[in-house]
Amino acid sequence: MISTIFAFINAAIIQSIPLLFGATGEIITEKSGNLNLGIPGIMYMGGISGIIGGYIYEHSTASPNAALCIIIPLLSSIVGSLLLALIYSFLTVTLRVNQNVTGLALTTFGIGIGNFFGGSLLSFFGETGSISLIKTGQCFKASLPFANKLGLFGKTFLSFGFLTYLAIIIALVTSYFLNRTRAGLSLRSVGENPATADAAGINVTKYKYLSTLIGGAIAGLGGLYFVMDYTGGAWTNNGFGDRGWLAIAIVIFAIWRPTTAIFSSFLFGGLYILCIYIPGLSSSAKELINMLPYVVTILVLVIISMRKKRENQPPASLGLSYFREER
Amino acid sequence: MAVNEKHIKEPLFHITKRTDIPKLTAWGIRLIAVLAALIVSALVIVTITSYNPIEVYIKMFEGSFGSERKFFILLQNTAMLLCVSLAVTPAFKMKFWNLGAEGQVLVGGLSSAACMFYAKDSLPSWLLIIIMLVTSILSGVIWGVLPAVFKAIWRTNESLFTLMMNYVAMQLVSFFIMVWVPNGSSVMGVLNQRSECGWLPTIFGQKYALNIIIVAVLTVVMFVYLHFSKQGYEISVVGESENTARYVGINVKKVIIRTMVISGAICGLTGFLLVSGTNHTVSKELAGGMGFTAIMVSWLAKFEPSMMIFTSMFIVFLQKGAGEIATAFRLNESVSDILTGIIIFFIIGSEFFINYKINMRSKHKEAE
Repeated sequence: MISTIFAFINAAIIQSIPLLFGATGEIITEKSGNLNLGIPGIMYMGGISGIIGGYIYEHSTASPNAALCIIIPLLSSIVGSLLLALIYSFLTVTLRVNQNVTGLALTTFGIGIGNFFGGSLLSFFGETGSISLIKTGQCFKASLPFANKLGLFGKTFLSFGFLTYLAIIIALVTSYFLNRTRAGLSLRSVGENPATADAAGINVTKYKYLSTLIGGAIAGLGGLYFVMDYTGGAWTNNGFGDRGWLAIAIVIFAIWRPTTAIFSSFLFGGLYILCIYIPGLSSSAKELINMLPYVVTILVLVIISMRKKRENQPPASLGLSYFREER
Repeated sequence: MAVNEKHIKEPLFHITKRTDIPKLTAWGIRLIAVLAALIVSALVIVTITSYNPIEVYIKMFEGSFGSERKFFILLQNTAMLLCVSLAVTPAFKMKFWNLGAEGQVLVGGLSSAACMFYAKDSLPSWLLIIIMLVTSILSGVIWGVLPAVFKAIWRTNESLFTLMMNYVAMQLVSFFIMVWVPNGSSVMGVLNQRSECGWLPTIFGQKYALNIIIVAVLTVVMFVYLHFSKQGYEISVVGESENTARYVGINVKKVIIRTMVISGAICGLTGFLLVSGTNHTVSKELAGGMGFTAIMVSWLAKFEPSMMIFTSMFIVFLQKGAGEIATAFRLNESVSDILTGIIIFFIIGSEFFINYKINMRSKHKEAE
């Protein structure tokens, strides 16, 4: 029984990491007033870019170096995500196009790129079969050497690859940045009321761009984690599923707070796999359990809007473009 | 002060809003955007596949117009996409971001399928069709009006609310399929295959003709509703400025809820058409992302029902064409999503040049 619970906790943590990356990225983005619905696409892009980078490296040398096995996919993943985030910020910030339309188009585009290259990367190199980067996957999965010697505790909490800890660190740093630094304050003011921020001398465009780009890169790491650590360097089309939307749900559930997002991701990750751990569950009941995260998110959304507590509201200018000359 | 003024650098250009652009110029700009998008797409195709892009575009054309059957499928898909686009349009005109069309269509389809599943062939087909129609529309309304009520009363963020409702609907569909198909294959077969009870009748020898006619009528109705009715006018006023609307005595809450009832109802109707008139079964992919594509269709057409006929056909054409390319050149099907994405980026980007004017720094001032 105890070991089942620990196994569940372990599995829930693994599930929560892509969600946490996505949610942290989206929180930073939304704090600038950009509702980036392209996050699911960016996460696919982050995953496939990592795969492409890793694949090219792994196939160019006979004996892949462990450090490069991590650095190359990491960098290519970030570049890929930045590219999509750049498209989004250029269209919404510079060209002031509608954010919802841009975001949804970006998601279509990103998932398309992911599935396209995932499905035909091998044929470009004249190979057949499915992508599997075993060596790179191992490097990403490598955990602390003494983790397994620490018994159940070590197995449950310390047996993860470095991206897991990175996700939590990024969330904590983001929280510190948003609440304790001058730049974080400026960023929040841009999201609340860009006209006021502009009048106060804050460069609205710069903040919107930077937060969307950095947020996109962080979200992309979620995709990278999924393909490298979770699946061990393999790609299946649409394998990432609707985790990107779940990440957006977490942003609401965590009421735009990165530290809360850590626990929310864990909760949602747990709900994602809960049905496997409940014995004797019918397959129809499993579908209802999978509905829970979304229902809970709606409830949170409704409750925060009813209670009208100032600090729990979405950024006031969320979803709106800013044009200085408009009153 | 005079000394200071010399040092102020005028920016290279500054941007002003324009409201008086002639329609012809606006559509000219959009056309240029499409052409630019096609050129960029061609470059992408060449770099990743090294095929001749002209050949690829010809194949693309064949995907939609290659045969009579393909053409009718194009029309049918256009009709369905157009129907969802018509549904979301009144809400968007009101600046209510209904991102939940996908879910509203799904519950509509699910209700239709439920009627077919439980009634089997115990009812005459016409009666069953009417029951299906009513339940589909009702469930679509429920799915749509729920976020609207919360938006109207508590100002709950509607785009996030409706977005989440999509996934609730999807899981609901999965749940019912699991209940109805107990063998665990999780695929619902064609309902009432033998009796064809609850299937929309075939007219003019074309299976989808009735779907297309219904949507065509709906387009006209929506056009009239938005342009020539009092309610349509109220929607535009609320969309322009809620304060103005309140000032002139429009009950904003009522308008929000009423409009979402309409939006949800049409989505439910689409679900009905998809189940009764097209697929005769239900799955999680019934709406197939149309709820999201419809948002782009409606927006590209500037919320104008008559223009939506073209934009929806254009998007379906792209998808069909890209599917054809994929099979012809043995590429992955997702190439269609990439091309659609690129083209939409260009078109939405071009809106900037329609709505704003770039004023370059005037030369003579620099000379001073």
